[in-house]
Amino acid sequence: MKPAPFRYADPGSLDEALEVLAEEGAKVLAGGQSLLPLLSMRLAAPATLVDINRVPGLDSIEVTGDGVTVGALVRHNSLLHDDAAARSQPLLTRATANVAHPAVRNRGTTVGSIAHADPSGEMTAVLALTDGSVTVAGAAGSEVVGWRDLFVGPLETSIAGPAVVTSAFFPALPPRSGTAFQEVARRKGDYAVCGAGVVVTLDAGRRVASVRASYVSVGLTPEVHDLTEAVAGSPVEKADWAAAGALARTLVDPDTDIHASAHYRRLLVGVLTERTLAEAAAEAAARATRE
Amino acid sequence: MTTKLFGEPVRRREDQRLITGKGRYLDDIGPNALAAAFVRSPHAHARIVDIDVDAALEVEGLVAIYTYEDLTGPMAEPLPVLIPHPQMHAPRTGFPLANGEVNHVGEPIVMVVATDRYVAEDACDRILVTYEELPVVVGVDVARAATAAVHEEIPDNVAARHHQETGDVEPALAASPRTLSFTQYIERSACMPMEGKGVHARWDSDDRSLRVYTSTQASTSVRAAIAAKLDLSLDKVEVIAPDVGGGFGVKIVHPWPEELLVPMAAIALGQEVKWAEDRREHFIGSAHERQQRQEITVGYDDDGRITALDVHIWHDNGAYTPYGIIVPIVTATQLVGPYVIPVYRVVVESVFTNTVIVTPYRGAGRPQGCYAMERTMDRIADDLGLDRALVRERNLIQTDQFPYDHHLTFQDGRPVIYDSGDYPGLLDKLRTLVGWSEADRLRAEAATRGKLLGVGMAMYVEGTGPGPYEGGHVQVLGSGKVLVSTGLTSQGQGHETAFAQIVASELGVPIEDVEVTTGDTRRFGYAVGTFASRAAVMSGNAIALAARGVREKALRIAADVLEAAPEDLEIDEGLVQVKGVPGTSIPLRTVAVLSNPLRYAFDEAAKQATQFARAGSDDKPPVAEGDAPGLEHRDYYSPIRSTFASGAHAAIVEIDPATWEIDVVKYAVVHDCGNVVNPMIVEGQVHGGVAQGVGGALYERMAYDADGQLQNASFMDFLMPYASEVPDIDIDHQQTPSPLNPLGIKGAGEAGVIPGTAAIASAIEDAVGRRITSMPISPTELYDLVRNPTAERTAAAERRSENGVLA
Ligand SMILES: Cc1cc2nc3c(=O)[nH]c(=O)nc-3n(C[C@H](O)[C@H](O)[C@H](O)COP(=O)(O)OP(=O)(O)OC[C@H]3O[C@@H](n4cnc5c(N)ncnc54)[C@H](O)[C@@H]3O)c2cc1C
Repeated sequence: MKPAPFRYADPGSLDEALEVLAEEGAKVLAGGQSLLPLLSMRLAAPATLVDINRVPGLDSIEVTGDGVTVGALVRHNSLLHDDAAARSQPLLTRATANVAHPAVRNRGTTVGSIAHADPSGEMTAVLALTDGSVTVAGAAGSEVVGWRDLFVGPLETSIAGPAVVTSAFFPALPPRSGTAFQEVARRKGDYAVCGAGVVVTLDAGRRVASVRASYVSVGLTPEVHDLTEAVAGSPVEKADWAAAGALARTLVDPDTDIHASAHYRRLLVGVLTERTLAEAAAEAAARATRE
Repeated sequence: MTTKLFGEPVRRREDQRLITGKGRYLDDIGPNALAAAFVRSPHAHARIVDIDVDAALEVEGLVAIYTYEDLTGPMAEPLPVLIPHPQMHAPRTGFPLANGEVNHVGEPIVMVVATDRYVAEDACDRILVTYEELPVVVGVDVARAATAAVHEEIPDNVAARHHQETGDVEPALAASPRTLSFTQYIERSACMPMEGKGVHARWDSDDRSLRVYTSTQASTSVRAAIAAKLDLSLDKVEVIAPDVGGGFGVKIVHPWPEELLVPMAAIALGQEVKWAEDRREHFIGSAHERQQRQEITVGYDDDGRITALDVHIWHDNGAYTPYGIIVPIVTATQLVGPYVIPVYRVVVESVFTNTVIVTPYRGAGRPQGCYAMERTMDRIADDLGLDRALVRERNLIQTDQFPYDHHLTFQDGRPVIYDSGDYPGLLDKLRTLVGWSEADRLRAEAATRGKLLGVGMAMYVEGTGPGPYEGGHVQVLGSGKVLVSTGLTSQGQGHETAFAQIVASELGVPIEDVEVTTGDTRRFGYAVGTFASRAAVMSGNAIALAARGVREKALRIAADVLEAAPEDLEIDEGLVQVKGVPGTSIPLRTVAVLSNPLRYAFDEAAKQATQFARAGSDDKPPVAEGDAPGLEHRDYYSPIRSTFASGAHAAIVEIDPATWEIDVVKYAVVHDCGNVVNPMIVEGQVHGGVAQGVGGALYERMAYDADGQLQNASFMDFLMPYASEVPDIDIDHQQTPSPLNPLGIKGAGEAGVIPGTAAIASAIEDAVGRRITSMPISPTELYDLVRNPTAERTAAAERRSENGVLA
């Protein structure tokens, strides 16, 4: 469990980083929490590791009326404790709290986990659920890539050629909306057997206008499921969240692995959907009252 | 006596060193040593057609490559079968490096030595081994079906058929008022010490001697194995176990191939060589335990008293049997637990599979035996509609029945005769500790929170401290320092503290003056090893006897100087004094100086001693016949048979009926290991054992696929419980001293793990009302069970639902 030989570079600027990344077999190193285990098990053997930790300007969390921009060097733990980010988009804190343990959260970056595109990661699901995007710096300049175009397969993104994801953008929670995030993991802090994040939006009459959910460890890439039809128009207090859970179960296509059968994951999708929706709806109702 | 520390919760003296990073583990030794790495089989069963090392030769930093072809003499022979047994008719062991065939994923084929581990692994990557794959056998059921053979010449895959019986079971069953039969399974787990195995070897070519450090539980035996296999004289080999980061059984196996190959390379290359096992290697290249299929038939009367028990077990021993059939024997003989079993027959068939070898893991067959017996008790109770505790109570051996002879033969070849115990006492304490009579109220309360609650219990008796012997050496230096050594090794159990407490108490010296060394063959050449909960019983008693020997000699010398009778003297705080005459005393350290007639005044101690020294008699030699210079004594403890510790555990679980997550909300332990040297250390052992018990019941398994690939060979997927998964543990103690040894102690090392699977299975069954027949169990499996319309409902659940209660 020792990595194959590699060259190490720690450029001091984004341009320099992109230059080194243009070399054959170069790969970005951020927090190393996913990449280094792969190297140690020789499941990955990049020729060059381009450590971006010295690149300036990538470590801030910016919150505007539109949402939250998380820089590439922001650690999970910083995001977890950022109150302004939590106010703009509460899912960020709620989901990040479920990412691994403090030691991993202290090193691992939120953007890195999105770039890693692991369908078992919480933040890929949150990017999808909030309809977020990433900014990718490449040789030809920067471009914004929406989550639908970003995730193409498990551990696979559409980013090609020398590129650094410089930030991820999570839109703010819309008015009269609430969110919740819950998961079931075998041990505390493990990757989820199944996780669910939801957003519930009410109309002016406090009736359910929109219900969307995204799941962790279900399917090959993050997906967003519209569950509105199960509860559309119901007064928030009376909505049948179990019906939404039942609908969700029909929409997902989970896999079996050594920790859980597909059947069991489907069960959890239903249960967690129902539970998170009840929680999110209560929050939406409270916010609607305040707003 | 103020130095009476036996029985006190003295803080572990080794902890400061170990938890501040000052421990010296295997990989801390020899930072400049060459590194070894291994090419291991990626196939579970294959013939090796060709090994092509050419591409590896180009790797810069490569030093040597070894394959089976390079092994000569005894190294080219199969590894030893450590513990042969007449009922093991077809033992098999591997070779240090595979000889033409591999029988499990992870079996070593090529050893590479290079300037460092990275380079060694680079070279391994370039070695091309060509295989011809053979049919794979995984799991007891497949092995039993014998459609394919692990070892061609053993077509039924059976290595051993272990059989014991205490009477004629068939007529006894036929005459029983009631009988029931069932089959159940228990899965594999593994020791998983934080530190894997590791070996460092240094050859002194001038002295022609070898020093080996190895992360082992048996350094004296590793020494003998190396000497034999490498054709060295025993006196030219020293083996030292440095700080060892956990063992739990896997490091009692010896010699591991690496323990022979690394010294072989060190000698051949004339350079230090080291191998530190990594986690993946540990998963696929060391040992596992616990998989069994158990078929049980029990006869009993209407009160739930057992009349006869017939057990047939298939035990998965993996690819080879270097450790013999110890685990099957332990299961067979410890299964009976604290109960009177009028007629008992047990057959354990030990079968080969194409998986990692199976050797003792903490508990060593006892958790399986306990699972068989305790689940039988639950079945009887369920059938009769009786309280599970009551059925157990009715079958317990009573306090006036000791010594109690089960008429079985234990792993050490000695009879299973329980020396002492109070099993009804354990059960009473357990019921109180866990609140057994409150179960229905708790269940109802949990139901209001939407949870299914269940309680379960399990009892065990554990043979501990088997022989043949262990030794101790105690020496008082002129500085007052007391050196203690025993050949048995330590893996973090707190021996430095417990053994020092024994010596401080026996000798009457401050514990600060006592220094303990374990597992170093330079200090003590004869030892058996640390396993089977034997360190405190065996080395503890040997060290006590050695300390008594030192005390006797010290009193004899002091008596002479103080002109008193030895029986009028006492030693306290390192001072030998006449009882009741303060001031008439001599420091023990001075006695130590006086014990040696050669007294060059190198230091103050020697100078001071001269004031006490009396002119010797001209007509006697300075060292009397039969005496020896120095204040030291060596002694051995060799028991006639094992001593039997006991205990009872109870678990309360809560299950979420929507997600089927299982939460152990309370865990109670009543524990009896005779006289306790250090209650804090015993509780620590219980805590660690319970953690492994919970792991084995709910989290851990070796997920082999049908091709013999281990699907979860990392800590990401092998779910060792975190602190967050281990419940708080309530402990109560009971002490029934052993009459068999001077200190009256019984072993405590393995106890905590034994009843976990049985107690938790019982609690889950109680909560969900479905028969649990396979452990461990995870939420996804529990969901499969409850949604399966043909899954058996317990009679208790039927009765409860008639009364309108959930589950
Ligand atoms: C024990 C353990 C438990 C974990 N549990 C969880 C969990 O429960 N949930 C979860 O979501 N994650 C979990 N993780 C993973 C963790 O969240 C990682 O931090 C995260 O997946 C990757 O972030 P990183 O900064 O460490 O990236 P790295 O490991 O440095 O990189 C990961 C990959 O992303 C690429 N990359 C990283 N940053 C960029 C960038 N800015 N631009 C382009 N490419 C980039 C790298 O090239 C690499 O391919 C766990 C990790 C460990 C070790």
